[in-house]
Amino acid sequence: MNAFSSLMDGFGTALTPINLLWAAVGVLLGTAIGVLPGIGPAMAVALLLPVTYGLEPTGAFIMFAGIYYGAMFGGSTTSILLNTPGESAAVVAAIEGNPMAKSGRGAQALAAAAIGHFAGGMIGTVLLVALAPKVADLAVDIGAPDYFAIMVLAFIAVTSVLGSSRIRGLASLLIGLTLGLVGLDQMTGQQRLTFGSLQLADGIDVVIVAVGLFAIGEALWVAAHLRRTSGQAIPVGRPWLGRQDVRRTWKSWLRGPLIGFPFGAIPAGGAEIPTFLSYVTEKRLSQHKDEWGKGAIEGVAGPESASSASAAGTLVSMLTLGLPTTAVAAVMLAAFQQYGIQPGPLLFERESELVWGLIASLFVGMVLLLALNLPLAPLWAKLLRIPRPYLYAGILFFAAVGAYAVGGEAIDLVILLIIGLIGFGMRRYGLPVLPAVIGVILGPNAEQQLRRALQISDGSVSGLVDTPFSVSVYAVVALIVLWPLLRKLARGPLKSRRNVTE
Amino acid sequence: MTTTDVPPERRDRRTWLREHSELGVCVMLLALGAVVLTDALTMDVEITQRGPVGPKTVPVAVGIGLLAVSVLLAVDVLRGGRGKAEGGEDVDLSEPADWRTVLLLAGVFLATAVLIEPVGFPVAGALLFWGAAYALGSRSFHRDPLIAAGLSLATYVVFNNLLGVPLPGGPLMGVL
Repeated sequence: MNAFSSLMDGFGTALTPINLLWAAVGVLLGTAIGVLPGIGPAMAVALLLPVTYGLEPTGAFIMFAGIYYGAMFGGSTTSILLNTPGESAAVVAAIEGNPMAKSGRGAQALAAAAIGHFAGGMIGTVLLVALAPKVADLAVDIGAPDYFAIMVLAFIAVTSVLGSSRIRGLASLLIGLTLGLVGLDQMTGQQRLTFGSLQLADGIDVVIVAVGLFAIGEALWVAAHLRRTSGQAIPVGRPWLGRQDVRRTWKSWLRGPLIGFPFGAIPAGGAEIPTFLSYVTEKRLSQHKDEWGKGAIEGVAGPESASSASAAGTLVSMLTLGLPTTAVAAVMLAAFQQYGIQPGPLLFERESELVWGLIASLFVGMVLLLALNLPLAPLWAKLLRIPRPYLYAGILFFAAVGAYAVGGEAIDLVILLIIGLIGFGMRRYGLPVLPAVIGVILGPNAEQQLRRALQISDGSVSGLVDTPFSVSVYAVVALIVLWPLLRKLARGPLKSRRNVTE
Repeated sequence: MTTTDVPPERRDRRTWLREHSELGVCVMLLALGAVVLTDALTMDVEITQRGPVGPKTVPVAVGIGLLAVSVLLAVDVLRGGRGKAEGGEDVDLSEPADWRTVLLLAGVFLATAVLIEPVGFPVAGALLFWGAAYALGSRSFHRDPLIAAGLSLATYVVFNNLLGVPLPGGPLMGVL
């Protein structure tokens, strides 16, 4: 069956009234939570995960996709109207978006962002449809050593590429791996780090770790440093664009995805780099250079389109390889594991209906997002005025609901608080949170693949590098590890040459 | 005013410790590594172990990794490296940390964990929200409890009755 007919079947799944309802609920909830200041997409999806517990997998993931895109859109609304981006991907939207809002063009900035998200998401998802089955086909024969190599790549990429300090990234990863060890060993049933406790023998649920690190950790951290005077949101009317604006922005909307999509698919920090690259590109190509920094509409349109397309790129590696490249993808992977579904090359074969239903619902979600958000924008802007005590009390409240819903055990709330305090400490001392989450989610899996690979090779380490695929992945790993050294070497001669020309 | 009473060398030591408080992270990592290693090495693996790599190997590797990273981090801190505290929309890093709020919030959260089963979610959740809002500085004694009760009850009904995610009702829901 080719991708197109599978996609049509997917639309058959996504367009049933009940799934359409879940998509709409997801988009609305995602936008509402994403708009709230201080809540980025990762925390939004972690907090909203329990909402999907009672649903069957297809409905749950359709809703989840809506939440994801909604939260991303909501985040850019916050940056434009409040000039205080909650997460790195929305930083760029604030550079031009906020001056626009200040000079009374907030409606146009929001419209450029919304349509940018729509265009980027659409193009990105079309690329996902075209590429994902091919990647899955290529990857379908990969075995335990290859999986292990991919996971090593994920660990190394997430500790080295993101954040400013590799040691701190590595420390965070090891904390996550340790949390992942707690419980019964999957292969022998051996108790590890359970200290004889029955509750710990089940292991620590990844949802509790994600909610603890993202939501509780963040709420406590903000509580310790709460800004007593919060910024004023700029009131805004219904978003619209004049003909002049459309003429300036349509190329930016189309250029964004070309930058965003590839960056989303590789473990390079999600939307942070591509939004910035898109901003720089648009600035260079712009015919209104004098407006930059004072509210150039292209500077909103391009990056927002790039960020939305990078989300689609993220889904390619998440669905076909089980490789999460962003915090949101990590939480999504945890959600798949909740249903006993393992994303990877076989996902397209085994769970064809679910995957294509999910992909089709991305298109549906994007249309809903555009249709709902343009008229509702003034309402979303009102959410920015929520008193901060209520906002962070609400985060703690819903985190408690989520953790309790996982297993119905009060002890989970205590574990949640402890992990939240770890998250607090990590924020205080600049340990990035994402490596820990990736460590918890991929750690147990990586161990299993490692042991399986070594079982096949009868304990010989060469069993880990006996396929061309794993060798090339390790080559990439080596490149990332040696990158600072290589850059130093490359910069050396460059610098001396520059000195000569001066 | 008290700083003048403290001998200078102790004051120096105190400021040194404050500036190097990140070493606490190293101590924690070291302790965690020790716990992981002890647990792994005292594991009595039975003969049922399948394959050349048993349940010990990875914990041992993680434990050693934790010890190594704690030493590396300590070296980095002593050389002047500092982890950058995370910024955010509502974060004001120019003020010192407000520990009272953090402890209050942690206390409220623990109380919820204790209360959720005996008194049920609607009551425990409302107390959590109100308590947290109070700790964060909200002092509206007529509005806060109402919002807390409304939010908690609505969440209970939506999750328990609409979404099929069971939450404990407690005696209150038994009465209603």
